[in-house]
Amino acid sequence: MTPTSATVSFTLNGEPQTFFTTPNEKLLDLLRREGYRGAKFGCGQGTCGACTVLLDGRAVYACLLFSMQAEGREVRTIESVGTLDKPSEFQQELIDGGAVQCGYCIPGMVMSATALMEAEDHYNDEIVREYMDGNLCRCTGYEKIWAALRRVLDRREAAPSASR
Amino acid sequence: MSTDLTNTFKQVNHSVTKVDARQLALGRNSYVADFVPNNALIVKMLWSPHPHARIKSIDVSKAEKMPGVKAVLWHGNVPRIPHCTAGQGFPEPSPYDTFMFDTKVRFVGDRVAAVAAETAEQAEAALAEIQVEYELLQPVFTIDEAMAEGAPIIHDEDDAYVPIPIPYEPKKNLVARVSAEAGDFEKGMQEADFTFDDTYETPYAQHTPIEPYTASATLDSAGRIVITTSTQVPFHSRRIVAQTLGVPVQKIRVIKPRIGGGFGSKQEVLLDDIVAMFALRTGRTVFWQFTREENFRTGRTRHPIRVRVRAGVKKDGTLTAIGLDCWNNTGAYGGHGLTVVSCCGSKVLPLYHCDNIHFDGKVFYTNLPVGGAYRGFGATQAYFGMESTIDKMAEAIGMDPLDFRRRNHIQVGESHPIFAALGEGKEGVPMAIGSCALDDCLDKGNAEIGWQNRTDWRGKTGRFRRGMGMGIFMQGSSIPHIDMGGASIKINEDGSFNLLCGATDLGTGSDTVMAQIAAEELCTTADKMIVYSSDTDMTPFDVGAYASSTTYLSGEAARKAAADAKRQILKTGAEMLGLPVEDVHCEDAHVWNADGSRKVSYGDIACYALYQKNQYQIIGTGSHFTEKAPPPFAAHFAEIEVDTWTGLIKILKYVSTIDCGTAINPLLCEGQTEGGTLNGISYALTEQYLFRNGCMMNASFADYHIFSMRDKPPLKTIICPSYEDTGPFGAKSVSEICINGPAPVLANAIYNATGARLYEFPFTPEKVLAAIRAVQQND
Repeated sequence: MTPTSATVSFTLNGEPQTFFTTPNEKLLDLLRREGYRGAKFGCGQGTCGACTVLLDGRAVYACLLFSMQAEGREVRTIESVGTLDKPSEFQQELIDGGAVQCGYCIPGMVMSATALMEAEDHYNDEIVREYMDGNLCRCTGYEKIWAALRRVLDRREAAPSASR
Repeated sequence: MSTDLTNTFKQVNHSVTKVDARQLALGRNSYVADFVPNNALIVKMLWSPHPHARIKSIDVSKAEKMPGVKAVLWHGNVPRIPHCTAGQGFPEPSPYDTFMFDTKVRFVGDRVAAVAAETAEQAEAALAEIQVEYELLQPVFTIDEAMAEGAPIIHDEDDAYVPIPIPYEPKKNLVARVSAEAGDFEKGMQEADFTFDDTYETPYAQHTPIEPYTASATLDSAGRIVITTSTQVPFHSRRIVAQTLGVPVQKIRVIKPRIGGGFGSKQEVLLDDIVAMFALRTGRTVFWQFTREENFRTGRTRHPIRVRVRAGVKKDGTLTAIGLDCWNNTGAYGGHGLTVVSCCGSKVLPLYHCDNIHFDGKVFYTNLPVGGAYRGFGATQAYFGMESTIDKMAEAIGMDPLDFRRRNHIQVGESHPIFAALGEGKEGVPMAIGSCALDDCLDKGNAEIGWQNRTDWRGKTGRFRRGMGMGIFMQGSSIPHIDMGGASIKINEDGSFNLLCGATDLGTGSDTVMAQIAAEELCTTADKMIVYSSDTDMTPFDVGAYASSTTYLSGEAARKAAADAKRQILKTGAEMLGLPVEDVHCEDAHVWNADGSRKVSYGDIACYALYQKNQYQIIGTGSHFTEKAPPPFAAHFAEIEVDTWTGLIKILKYVSTIDCGTAINPLLCEGQTEGGTLNGISYALTEQYLFRNGCMMNASFADYHIFSMRDKPPLKTIICPSYEDTGPFGAKSVSEICINGPAPVLANAIYNATGARLYEFPFTPEKVLAAIRAVQQND
């Protein structure tokens, strides 16, 4: 018989943590239950990207992963990116650029962009689209999100690689 | 005058930072689900698997005894009170044809019974134990079937009714009918050199905000029901929940936190009555969030409408007659049916000079998903037919379609009989156009797209053929003599202000717009405003965020509230300066004497009024209703490339111009326009409901494709300001109009590329290819 409770241990935003869970609990549900509510439920089907978190640096849909699939791995959520006093560079561009409308998709966008910036050295439009295509937005037409991201990426590409 | 005024603005007409952008970009708790405690009961609903059936029996006894189950609701244990789920003016111009639970189901996704349990799994397990015996009835899937002699009657209950005197014949599946005439339509058709009679079909589509429908409810310590819900209409929600549960309005508080998008879908009360009833029954906090499948199947949709356009034109370009017959499929329930079809006429026909007008709108029930409010609200559907026909007319008389539109569109100072003839459930309001920058829109759009490069389709060859299309559009701003918005504003010791708005920011940026308007009036800065919207216990009334009313109507309420507070600030400031109030003025958050040599700050004025002498609360209130609904205007242009081998359309460039009066926040206006335009493009090219026996089969973003970042074509938004004297600092509405453009503009571009004229969308490759082949076979 399937056990009704279990534990899962993983590094969450840099801190080793152990949580009670159940074998069928989704990572998104665990995170939100534990107070990490920046990742949003949008579809539960792995199609909208509102629940995007990083698993070992890769952007993943937390609504599809079982919590126990994170065992021993590194999970990062939007709570690890920026503060009210000092938003991240991309968050600041989103804020200044009028790119946040309802905002429901934005944490997921930020996490996908984080994965992009950490994994790639060059950011041509095609690569950026590849990373960002899994995050749907219905408010903005993506225009200002794209422009905000492009400003950040262009600055990074212009900067010497040592400063990245 | 207008240019002089806009030059002096310090807060409005500036792109100040959106007040909630920072918390949202950081993912801080903001939305309904973010505030729900872990121990909340979870609601799950048993939905009808049948499009049309009578419930012969339900047995919930086993479900009630399942582990974790705290309550089950079904038609046998809740009040049967007819109501309408649409949040509209009250009494609504829509039938009261809905019950919390009924003995009949009318579409796949209709309510049967609900469970509240400790966990989602327990609730779902209990649903599986509810025994329902259905008597299947013949379903009605098209408006032709609905209106046929002897058709099955979808609403055969004897207690449904309309709360205001409007035509309602449920025995004929007729939800509403509205018509209007001006001049002599038939005579106009006879006077034309060319006449047109074409029928256009628009599809089911959904808003799909990324936050699904979500609501929670709890009982406070005094036993009142506190509902926190993702809504565009908190005050309507309170009234409708009170009505549906049979409890006083006094017993209910509705809180709207940040909202994850709505676009009209959340102008509907689909969850709030259930969470409220469960909270009453269990005394627990109750949470219900739709899955994406539920959002697609049970959530509201855009009404599919059949639009027959009959029109006549003379060789010189004079429009002699325009007639629209719009048949609206509202699905299983009638909310918004009449008003959406009314807007097919009222937001479309006045755009062009024409003396002879015919309009007939009919709304039918079917056993399909329920139509509701959706950005554009009927105008979107009718413009597809209208702007396609305008292009056909221009071609018939050999005139450039841009010049033809420029010759015929309505101008400042002009009126149109349809403004007076068509309202929402009653006659409309006569109105003259006070502001219109449509010619500027045409000029700037023309230049941006390079319209002079457009050539006739007959000269085009090869596999990939390029084409250009355009169209012009209008909408409204508020519903005159029906909508009302209120605001209040009070000062704090540091010269900051609490601005309490009934207006409902659902991601649009309206809190920011209200802050800018209040700050402009008060001669302070928008960052001094602590905006709170909306909460039925705390904020003044507002009908909510719909009908393009927030900036124009609620913004004026905020301006009036600020003006009221300003009068008090001036009085106290004058007292502190020892001067008569006539001799002081406000500037830069201070009250000054005439020559500017002495001043007191708003903070000092607040401290004086609150603590020091002749104490009182400086607090302003304002409310507003409108006498007119000034239209924003837009001209849209597209250049596309059609693959004539596959029928695939690639948009090379899309230009949206917008005259929204004064753009209170230009960056947010652009954002609204870009978002609505891309939504419209997605609607025109890919979005559709696929049915099997009434069941929507593609209920996921994998199968119902909305445009992603990869799909986004180059979009260019151009704001073309005008000045609307009746709006706050010259503003009109911005958010709805932009979605009207893409379907007709792309249809016109497809024609210009290939000679194929499409009468229904989405313009899937299959449809486009079939139309291209039909043209080639006729050659």
